Amino acid sequence: MELQTETHGETLVITASGARIDAAGAIDFKDKMRKLTEFGPDKIELNLASVEFIDSSGLGAVVASMKQLPMGKTLCLLDLTPTVAKVFRLTRMDSVFEIRTSNATDGDTRVNAS
Amino acid sequence: MHRDNQLGSLYSKNTETDTNPRQYSELRLFFQSEPLAVRRALESILSGLGHLDLNQDDCGTVELVLAEVMNNIVEHAYAGERSGVIELHISGTSRGLFCTVIDDGLPMPDGNPPMGKQHDLSCSREDLPEGGFGWMLIRELADELGYERDGDKNKLTFLLNVERTILTS
Repeated sequence: MELQTETHGETLVITASGARIDAAGAIDFKDKMRKLTEFGPDKIELNLASVEFIDSSGLGAVVASMKQLPMGKTLCLLDLTPTVAKVFRLTRMDSVFEIRTSNATDGDTRVNAS
Repeated sequence: MHRDNQLGSLYSKNTETDTNPRQYSELRLFFQSEPLAVRRALESILSGLGHLDLNQDDCGTVELVLAEVMNNIVEHAYAGERSGVIELHISGTSRGLFCTVIDDGLPMPDGNPPMGKQHDLSCSREDLPEGGFGWMLIRELADELGYERDGDKNKLTFLLNVERTILTS
């Protein structure tokens, strides 16, 4: 699982580029998240648009990613795909995380530039 | 590929009958109880079920339940230094996908699959659970869960109620 980061103003956006967060990749995911969130902006967004599958181990790694954040930092999840959203819903973890769809106009400033 | 041969074998067949040639299909896999082998087995299963044209929601259910069942075997039945083989059968029937999963690992605690309760999530961030969701998901998404200890083997059976119209058409 590759995780790419961009800073948008006061927000760190982490984009997962792999298709799954499962038992085989959960520890690696959690470790990478810790390194990426240890320093930098307090507001962190994790974009999961490319993640088509998550199992309970992967869910545990996402929960751990939030729990291991330094005090005062927040984690928001963006763009859950249907199967991932189902796992969050069935485990009621959708009540613990802030979950949003990313703003489609982000980075689209050229529209008004002319 | 050599690696595929190490991790397991797969066959998929449609049993031809005069009355309803597409009603039954079977998938059988054997693979090592390791996380990467489970991941690879799930890929094989979903590709092996491709001819059923399951919708996206059903595909997610099939992959999730099978992943949780097999992860439990890796983590608990073959816990610690133990390792072994997981055997999986899937039969497509008019009622859904009937699954049988067999391993040679430790028996289920108390002789039954865990109930899998919902966690209380109204706790502080540092107390949120990071595990223990597997059986809750299995019981929520699978029907007719059965378990039997047969000698040194665990045999778990369940039905995945995918859209039956597809299987019988």
